[in-house]
Amino acid sequence: MPNDPAAIEVRDLVKRYAKSNVNAVDGVTFSVRPGEIFGLLGPNGAGKTTTIGVLITSVLPTSGSAAIMGLDVAADPIGIKQRIAVVPQQSNLDRSLRVREILTFHAAYHGVPHRERERRADALLDELGLGERKNDRVARYSGGMSQRLMIARALMHAPDVLFLDEPTNNLDPQSRLFLWDRIRALNAQGLTILLTTHDMSEADQLCGRIAVMDKGRILVNDTSAELKKLIPGGNSVELRVSLPAPDAGAQVLAALRALAGVTKVDELDAGAQPAPDEEMDVVTYRLYAEKAPALVGPATQALLLAGAQVRDLHVKQPSLEDVFIYLTGRHLR
Amino acid sequence: MTPARHTNRLWLAANAFGATLRRDLAVTRRELPQFLVQALIQPMFFLLIFCKILPSIGLASGNFAALLLPGIVGLTELMAAIQGITLPLVLDLGFAREIDDRLLAPMPVWLVAAEKVLFAALRGMVAGAVIFPAAWWVLGSRYAVRGDRIGVLICMIVLAAFAGSGIGLVIGTVVKPEQISLMFSVILTPLLFTGCTYYPWSALRTIRWFQVITLFNPLTYAAEGLRYAMVPEMHGHAMPTLPMPWVLAALAATMALCFGFGARTFRSRVVS
Repeated sequence: MPNDPAAIEVRDLVKRYAKSNVNAVDGVTFSVRPGEIFGLLGPNGAGKTTTIGVLITSVLPTSGSAAIMGLDVAADPIGIKQRIAVVPQQSNLDRSLRVREILTFHAAYHGVPHRERERRADALLDELGLGERKNDRVARYSGGMSQRLMIARALMHAPDVLFLDEPTNNLDPQSRLFLWDRIRALNAQGLTILLTTHDMSEADQLCGRIAVMDKGRILVNDTSAELKKLIPGGNSVELRVSLPAPDAGAQVLAALRALAGVTKVDELDAGAQPAPDEEMDVVTYRLYAEKAPALVGPATQALLLAGAQVRDLHVKQPSLEDVFIYLTGRHLR
Repeated sequence: MTPARHTNRLWLAANAFGATLRRDLAVTRRELPQFLVQALIQPMFFLLIFCKILPSIGLASGNFAALLLPGIVGLTELMAAIQGITLPLVLDLGFAREIDDRLLAPMPVWLVAAEKVLFAALRGMVAGAVIFPAAWWVLGSRYAVRGDRIGVLICMIVLAAFAGSGIGLVIGTVVKPEQISLMFSVILTPLLFTGCTYYPWSALRTIRWFQVITLFNPLTYAAEGLRYAMVPEMHGHAMPTLPMPWVLAALAATMALCFGFGARTFRSRVVS
């Protein structure tokens, strides 16, 4: 084995399905370090599912390669299956079995010894808050419980890499927060996680790095903070100011432009956001800067010196959603 | 997070296969009463009507029971085996996806299909075997099975069950969930009635075209082979059946074709 292989290594991966004339995955390359939470984002049909399909051995690559923990997915599917676990979006729990049996049989398929699988099943059921209902049938489980049970099942054979497909889709806020905590805790224990989601706050909350896919390609791959810098002038401070005199606008503008770090100042069209009881001399400025939050102090001071009064002030940061829409467009898929 | 792991792929695959079979057996053990009722109710009625009621009112001959019983055993086996694999596969590959758990177990995909086939065949064998005491109970003095070909009988029960589960594998991987009811009428009904279940093949010689049609049905060979093993001699004459080499060759061919084709369709349904 090569020393310290990447948890996931995908190189020039291409997948074209039979009877299709476009590549579902069109030359994708990325790698995930052991212990990382990596997010794969993209609109429907972007190629996320196919990419993951290759990694979990349910899709055969047309060309390129993919490896998990140094094992090639095409050459050693059995070794791969031993090292990965998959939590799908929709329940695929074995409904002929009772809850606890779902876990113990899963571990048995993976060759976990009898005593060990009994122990792990009890521990995981307790850990995921299912300990009291372990002899139920799955049919009586809610969506959140099924999701937790699928995570417990995934952990039964102690995988190295966990694939989570929209883990908190359709869950109530309590379940969502609980799962986020669990996912972070698992990651802290060293588990590598590849997550796909449409929920931008989820990606923002959990993922160390995020790759945005569209049309079979990876458009960007970086940390959430870096991705947000992609939006031109995305980081800004918005100030609503009442001028000392109706003709003081130019002077105030000049004072703001003179601030260190400011790359651009826009005077927003007052007519665009009229407030009925507003006096005529209230103006809104937007200041763009590399580090917009640092402008709050200096800008307020400059305005006071110019005799203007600050009515409202907030720092605008682009959300991951802004980045996503910026990269993949607004049209429906 | 990373405990000692088995590294031998062969061991892993064999273990996963065994655990999957244990899972299926555990589920079946739990549903044993339903399984037995499902397997027995139709053959019991067949035997009751055709071997007791009809002969009693003079519409069938008394020794029809001896001819029918092997056919019923073959039919029951085939049906139990098909039911054990087809419906679960259609639903699982269609939308339930409960099988994902086993597809992600450390074994080759074809082994998942092989386990299904073995399990369904076991169901078929059990269903076929329990016909004997049930028939003895229903038929009373009309129950007649020769005891000197027990080896052939066991062999035929095993072969018929595997042929049935092979057919079930193919149907289960080809049929879509929305075609289930169509499948019953279009595939299973002809299989049922052209399989020499209710009539011995040799008796069809006066209806040549139909006799030829029956040769395309694997059930014909199962039923005839079982007749060879079960029907007692009458007046010093053995019951004429399809020659055993034909029977064995046809069942072997059925299995080879079904397993080969079924494994391919199964794979294409789970790996794209």
